[in-house]
Amino acid sequence: MKDIQPTDGRGFLEYAPAPESTAILHLKDSYGLFIDGEFRDGSGGSFSTISPATEKKIAEIAIASEADVDLAVAAARRAYTKTWSKLSGADRGKYLFRIARLVQERARELAVAESLDNGKPIKESRDVDVPLVAAWFFYYAGWADKLDHAGLGANPRALGVAAQVIPWNFPLLMLAWKIAPALAAGNTVVLKPAETTPLSALLFAEILQQADLPPGVVNIVTGAGETGATLVRHPDVDKVAFTGSTGVGREIAKAVAGTHKKVTLELGGKAANIVFDDAPIDQAVEGIVNGIFFNQGHVCCAGSRLLVQENIHDEVVDRLKQRLSTLRLGDPLDKNTDIGAINSREQLERIRTLSDIGEQEGAERWSVPCEIPENGFWFAPTIFTGVTTSSRIAREEIFGPVLSVLTFRTPAEAIAKANNTPYGLSAGIWSDKGSKILAVADQLRAGVIWANTFNRFDPASPFGGYKESGYGREGGRHGLAAYLKGASA
Amino acid sequence: MQNVLAPADRAVRLLGGDLTERSLRQHLEGLSGVDAVGLEQRAAGLGTRSIKTTSKAWALDRIIELIDLTTLEGADTPGKVRSLVAKALVPDSADPTTPRVAAVCVYGDMVPVAVDALGAAHGDPDDGLVSVAAVATAFPSGRASLPVKITDTRDAVAAGADEIDMVIDRGAFLAGNYGTVFEQIVAVKEACRRDDGSYASLKVILETGELNTYDNVRRASWLSILAGGDFIKTSTGKVSPAATLPVTLLMLEAVRDWHRLTGEYVGVKPAGGIRTSKDAIKYLVTVAETVGEQWLQPHLFRFGASSLLNDVLLQRQKLRTGHYSGPDYVTID
Repeated sequence: MKDIQPTDGRGFLEYAPAPESTAILHLKDSYGLFIDGEFRDGSGGSFSTISPATEKKIAEIAIASEADVDLAVAAARRAYTKTWSKLSGADRGKYLFRIARLVQERARELAVAESLDNGKPIKESRDVDVPLVAAWFFYYAGWADKLDHAGLGANPRALGVAAQVIPWNFPLLMLAWKIAPALAAGNTVVLKPAETTPLSALLFAEILQQADLPPGVVNIVTGAGETGATLVRHPDVDKVAFTGSTGVGREIAKAVAGTHKKVTLELGGKAANIVFDDAPIDQAVEGIVNGIFFNQGHVCCAGSRLLVQENIHDEVVDRLKQRLSTLRLGDPLDKNTDIGAINSREQLERIRTLSDIGEQEGAERWSVPCEIPENGFWFAPTIFTGVTTSSRIAREEIFGPVLSVLTFRTPAEAIAKANNTPYGLSAGIWSDKGSKILAVADQLRAGVIWANTFNRFDPASPFGGYKESGYGREGGRHGLAAYLKGASA
Repeated sequence: MQNVLAPADRAVRLLGGDLTERSLRQHLEGLSGVDAVGLEQRAAGLGTRSIKTTSKAWALDRIIELIDLTTLEGADTPGKVRSLVAKALVPDSADPTTPRVAAVCVYGDMVPVAVDALGAAHGDPDDGLVSVAAVATAFPSGRASLPVKITDTRDAVAAGADEIDMVIDRGAFLAGNYGTVFEQIVAVKEACRRDDGSYASLKVILETGELNTYDNVRRASWLSILAGGDFIKTSTGKVSPAATLPVTLLMLEAVRDWHRLTGEYVGVKPAGGIRTSKDAIKYLVTVAETVGEQWLQPHLFRFGASSLLNDVLLQRQKLRTGHYSGPDYVTID
């Protein structure tokens, strides 16, 4: 055989741009609040929502004042008393099925809007977020007329008006996680999307109009943290559901303490992704990448702490670096982009600060050598090796594309290290040995445990945390319990 | 009893001096397992890359340059092989800028016809010439004695074949007789030796559709590399499933790991079932993102295909003219 000289190739890997067209989007210059079935002006002023990839303004968004929140809650109460609570489960289901189908019909448009406003790669909004949104509505549509059979006792009743506050990492998917079970169980909703990502929720409001959902059943109020605080404190709200930071979650828990409001909180995480030396190594490397670099690491259940068995540490890190070098960072709307933009300047600062601390504390930092676009908020995928359990980057949630690598020697040590965190949302186990997976999973204190995979979601599977990761479960039959009276949550 | 195996150079370097059935088995069974769901997910992810405009144009030409244009039928005649050679040399008579394929792939008895038909155009694809590949070793089943397989191989090499596509003994592999499979590859490799001391390039066909599990494919890949294969090839094309993207990805991971370990290059050839440009581009993406784009050259990557070429030609015409033509605008072989 002839001698082979390594060549540079002709740059095939510099795939030509393949941008998803934004022509499908028909955005307005400004959006009001969605109250009682129609868009109306807010009385609290307005703010701009920008694309984090370019820092260009997308649209002007209304800020809901206390009076606006009042109006929205009143509309939800009216809709609950007069319409929604009187509909049969089958009829509620019909609306939910209709919404699910409309989400599918407008999937591309929603995906483009989500990537534009959030900065996540179009391949993720197109292949993960939006299909899951439709799946969530389909799933809970099916439950609407079967609540008697959900194992929650006979004839479970709705709670009333649900106040829902959602984060910016999966704007539309978190909306679906909140709205679909609430409506299926017979509640009405006032939802506040995150300040930096209101766009897809407002397009969703258009879908609700298209679906002819009775006015007031879902209301969407936009604004900053203050609007959310007003909403969860509102006396006429029966249920508070929040997904976001542990800090804000604590505030909410204090605010609703002593009231009749039922609460579910889905908060932060610092998940351990445990790789044993008998793991399917190539798939484990993929799983590590997917665990922490999916959605730029803006994932509460991200596998941000890699616990790798010491005897394969060097090989795993070596393979990981090689794999990370093929990731493509850039325009979220390009179909070949793997890593999009960081959602906001504020978040970028937090990631930078914590990464600097990681370096100061003596961990070894390695970032993917890649070109960073001039405008927008970007952070190259980064791994820290030589991290100890006491390092801040091993304790605190970074919520960005930063992986801390720690080692362990035995399964017992892996379990101890995995559980040694104030959080307990998720964990991953990689091993070819089924018995080991089951034995370890049994002892991990985390709400979701993935075996030989990571960051997979399904509407039938409950999701939620232990300890400071919150309480209550979303998804599956358990997710219904959070929106029904007389049933244990 | 310890069966001592032929001291194939690569295996000796990796496993140490006393190469035995047991040391080979221990190595193969010690390879990391393959998670089927994860492997298929990764392959599906690579399949979603969107290759447009200039990248697509480059990819289409490169696919042609990587094709082993193949005819392997009982009904093959000298006329059919000459026709295949003509197509290999001038894939699209309407467009002289179309590159030539890497090789033609025929049964051993057709090698003289192919060599004759190629004439001065017979040679290394790196020089713009076309090689002749011959299937051997009782292709496709491999059910013959070793002397028959060796004679089959020698015959084709003597007739001028540049490359030998051998099949492994799947029966022996599945029975756990790794040593038998290994020794046969070593023997066939030796049969690829020409009088001047040079060797015909050896492609080892694993017939992954019969090996059935990904763990088996990984073991067979390593076994073939250790025994001296220049290429590992998925399939004969006679068994379904033939080449799939996950299987090819897995084999690319094996040659990547071999390269990490030794710095040596081993080629990969998916064969059978790749019929469209769209599919072939997914393979290019998988190669580029798994082993690096330096592997996208005829000495390291091939497509075993017959109908793929025409689909690529149609796509090329579409890129050039802006509209699709039809099957009557490319020649049938």
